[in-house]
Amino acid sequence: MEQLLYATLSLGAFALIAGIILAIASKVFHIEGDPLSDKIDALLPQTQCGQCGYPGCRPYANAVAGGEADVNHCVPGGERTMLSIADLMGVEPKALEEEASVPVVAFVREDECIGCTLCIKACPVDAIIGAPKQYHTVVTDHCTGCVLCLEPCPVDCIDMIQKPELLEHWSWPLPDTERAQLGVERRESHHD
Amino acid sequence: MIKSFLNKLGFASAPFAGGVTPDMCKWTEDSAIEDCPLPPLFIVPIKQHIGQACTPLVQVGDLVLRGQKIAKSEGYLSVPIHAPTSGRVLKIEEHAIPHPSGMGLTSIFIEPDGKDERDSSLTPMNNWQDADPAELRERVRICGIAGLGGAAFPTFIKLLKDKRHPIETVILNGVECEPFLTNDHRLMVENSAEILHGLHIIMHMVGAKKAIIAIEDNKKDSLLAMQKVLDLADSDAISVASLPTRYPQGSEKQLIESLTGKQVPAGKLPMHVGVLCQNIGTTKAIYDAIIFGHAITDRIITISGDAVPKPANMRVRLGTPMRFIYAQRGLEKFDNIQLLHGGPMMGERMRHPDIPVVKSSTGLLAINNERMKAAHQVEDPCIRCGHCSEVCPVSLVPNLLADHCRNDQLEKAADYNLFDCIECGACSYVCPSHIPLVHYFRYGKGQAAQVRREQSFAEVSRLRSEGRDIRLQREKDEKAAKRRKVRDTLRSESVLNPENDKKTETTSNTEGKK
Amino acid sequence: MLIHLSSPHIHSGDSIRATMFAVILALMPAGIISVYLFGWLAVFLILLCMFGCMATEFIALKWMGRSTAPVMDGSAALTGLLLALTLPTSIPWWMALLGSIFAIGLGKQVYGGLGYNPFNPALSARIILLVSFPLQMTTWLIPMHLGSSPIDLYDFSSAWQLFVFGASSLPHALDAITMASPLGHVKTEWSQGIGVSEALRAYDYSYLDAFIGREAGSLGETSALALLIGGIYLLARHTITWHIPFSFIATVAILAAIASMIDPNHYTPPLFHMLAGGLILCAFFMATDPVSSPVTPIGQIVFGIGCGIITWCIRTWGGYPEGAMFAVVLMNCAVPLIDHYCRPTVYGKRGGQS
Repeated sequence: MEQLLYATLSLGAFALIAGIILAIASKVFHIEGDPLSDKIDALLPQTQCGQCGYPGCRPYANAVAGGEADVNHCVPGGERTMLSIADLMGVEPKALEEEASVPVVAFVREDECIGCTLCIKACPVDAIIGAPKQYHTVVTDHCTGCVLCLEPCPVDCIDMIQKPELLEHWSWPLPDTERAQLGVERRESHHD
Repeated sequence: MIKSFLNKLGFASAPFAGGVTPDMCKWTEDSAIEDCPLPPLFIVPIKQHIGQACTPLVQVGDLVLRGQKIAKSEGYLSVPIHAPTSGRVLKIEEHAIPHPSGMGLTSIFIEPDGKDERDSSLTPMNNWQDADPAELRERVRICGIAGLGGAAFPTFIKLLKDKRHPIETVILNGVECEPFLTNDHRLMVENSAEILHGLHIIMHMVGAKKAIIAIEDNKKDSLLAMQKVLDLADSDAISVASLPTRYPQGSEKQLIESLTGKQVPAGKLPMHVGVLCQNIGTTKAIYDAIIFGHAITDRIITISGDAVPKPANMRVRLGTPMRFIYAQRGLEKFDNIQLLHGGPMMGERMRHPDIPVVKSSTGLLAINNERMKAAHQVEDPCIRCGHCSEVCPVSLVPNLLADHCRNDQLEKAADYNLFDCIECGACSYVCPSHIPLVHYFRYGKGQAAQVRREQSFAEVSRLRSEGRDIRLQREKDEKAAKRRKVRDTLRSESVLNPENDKKTETTSNTEGKK
Repeated sequence: MLIHLSSPHIHSGDSIRATMFAVILALMPAGIISVYLFGWLAVFLILLCMFGCMATEFIALKWMGRSTAPVMDGSAALTGLLLALTLPTSIPWWMALLGSIFAIGLGKQVYGGLGYNPFNPALSARIILLVSFPLQMTTWLIPMHLGSSPIDLYDFSSAWQLFVFGASSLPHALDAITMASPLGHVKTEWSQGIGVSEALRAYDYSYLDAFIGREAGSLGETSALALLIGGIYLLARHTITWHIPFSFIATVAILAAIASMIDPNHYTPPLFHMLAGGLILCAFFMATDPVSSPVTPIGQIVFGIGCGIITWCIRTWGGYPEGAMFAVVLMNCAVPLIDHYCRPTVYGKRGGQS
């Protein structure tokens, strides 16, 4: 009986000491980190297109950080963005709802432009230049392909064209071997 | 200690790590350089070097002379392009170039007039010893010279005389470690005096006191030829070093390690260890540019391979279509044949022969399908034998690195030194499981570059978006402030003059409608 | 097929099959010695294990719905041959078959096949058998050259009877046809208070016999000479590198030398250790199994030293007479860690620059 008492007391004391040490350590070694929504925002492509259902990338990041939104809503970000957000949040990857399209940029058919400035006001990254009663044109280098300028245009003179592929930006695809494709298949099957 | 003692004696006995010894197949090593005739049409791409593409200076219908500048350089990392012969500009449009993507580039099409007249606007600089190195360097630049060993880096940038990093030793890279290729070999045998002269010019330009001409020991006649002209010149500063034949001895970093025992620190250049490497062909081109005022219009190419009936080394004008060159050597039907641009270890496959040669074309090989398929067999799982790590000249662990690249684990791949890989191909060469290791590394590097590009674009977009939000907010605040100010002014006026109440009300209504 | 093919466009011609067959060829001298020592029994055991392994691989691949091409790449056959060389010749045929199934099924295919197993398949099977059937796995038949065995293993039918129906079907008592291996003998004598030199003299031990292979033990444990011939062939062909065998054997030798200098009565001398048991077989053929050993040279030396320390400790102080196989499998556990930390210094990153 005595032995039982001693055993219980000694283990209990040890547990108490360990708990105190842990509590002190969590205070002393505490690291200030970025707020979660900042980290998520850094992973998003900043297209500001609204396809996720939120008015911009920062609101979506806030929603994901707050647990209100799922990780697979960003369409332009594609699979890579979804995987990195899932990794950051520590959740299982989830398949994207829509396939991301080919990268596109807006193009104004200047002959038809009436100079109304509605598209300029709509562009979330100020990628369209022009002035009232002057032609408007898209600065291709800054266009994120968000498509928000198409609707406001009263004469429907904006097209979305495929982003031109540059020779300098070409990179080797995966080898055309069975084993290389196996890895791709397995990754996709994990989050179906 | 023994190594450094031997080094002092002049024996290049400090080998680099790893390396392989494939069958060298130097079938053209005794073939004297032949001149390739002019083709009926020249196709000159506007980018034949590392850096920014040039912009065409000529228009359709213009008449040009051989060596005349037809495209000017853009930006610092660029060299101009010159016409390979005299003739008429036929058209300027996109055409296939020697690039693994198969994509095309704007090219200037020139129809030769057969007279092959030279542009003589650049004067020979026979007294180059008295000339300012900066002047000589400018001459090298405007003659369009880029590294002819295959990398095509603008040469004038390497010839900079930087006070912070003085060049002590110039190394002439006559190693030519790729199988089949023999252009530098023949140049050294046939033009040894010009090459030595070019070396002197280079040493003057960078202010180097010492030079080493590095040659692999399988090129006995080149060693003899270069030693002979050296003995005639009686120069203590220059020596010929014979190196054991091993691939990739000719890689710049490995060559420096073998000759000086020093390693170029990661992320740095050879000039940071006081060394400048220059290819033999480039040296001859520098000689031509300074002594004769000739812009670069041709280069030596080895045409070889088991599908070529008459392998040879030829002096080919830049812009000559490959089909024409192969025909010169008896190859006209391209069924069941694979075409390689460069050597078999680092060269790229060309999908068809209707591609022009450019400054980086060191070799044109034609290999039968069977032999090619033997080198690209089914990929088996990695058995972790470690042969790849043994032969890697950079001391990487290729099999683990390829796993990370294949699985898109780009941070892990960077931790395993993906960006130190020189893509020499020694690892894939020895792999018993036939894993295309270099292909995985290239894929990984491409993905990493793409991610970096997307991230910087996203960052810029985010800043623009935030800037726009700030601007809109500012405009809103300014409007609100203005409205408040007007309201306050009106309110204060009505306090002082109560009879003007009706008047102020009408005025404030009109204000509100604005 | 050849659209997006990156350089290099030439290959050395090496292949998995060539590598495996080279190792099998290197084991042929040991196979010949084992037939000299144990007659037809050796032949039956080796063939059963090799075919058992290949059949297990075929069934496993079919069951998983994968291509059965790897069955013929030589790796299963090699595992079977190595397993047979570590087994005592007197074990029942069904135990050998069970070992083959464990080796390929539990030791290789369950992890994903060739290239994915963390442990040496032959050794993991041997350990399972040893722990499950300790008596049969430590019973060594008297080899034929001693002439003192009542059964004639060169005779097909008596060897077949022993192989299929087991030792109990023979009229001879088990003691009459079995003897202890040198390691086992020394250990049991020490537990009875008899010192090393006494024990070896009583055993009629000779270093020359141990070297050539005229001693009791499993098929592959006996002849150091045959195994060394094979090992040198593999080194010359560059299939294996010197790092693992050298560091493994040298560590055991050094530890044994130090210990036997301190107390020669208790600890056996280094040459005895090097020639006894499965050390040379493990050092040249088991520890060097490419899949379960480290990739980098420094890592391989660390691995070999670790194996050597564990082997000597188990042999000297452990419960089992032979420790090499446990040592290799224990060090296999540490291989991913060794691989991660023992990477060579990359070009241009000397002196810790990055």
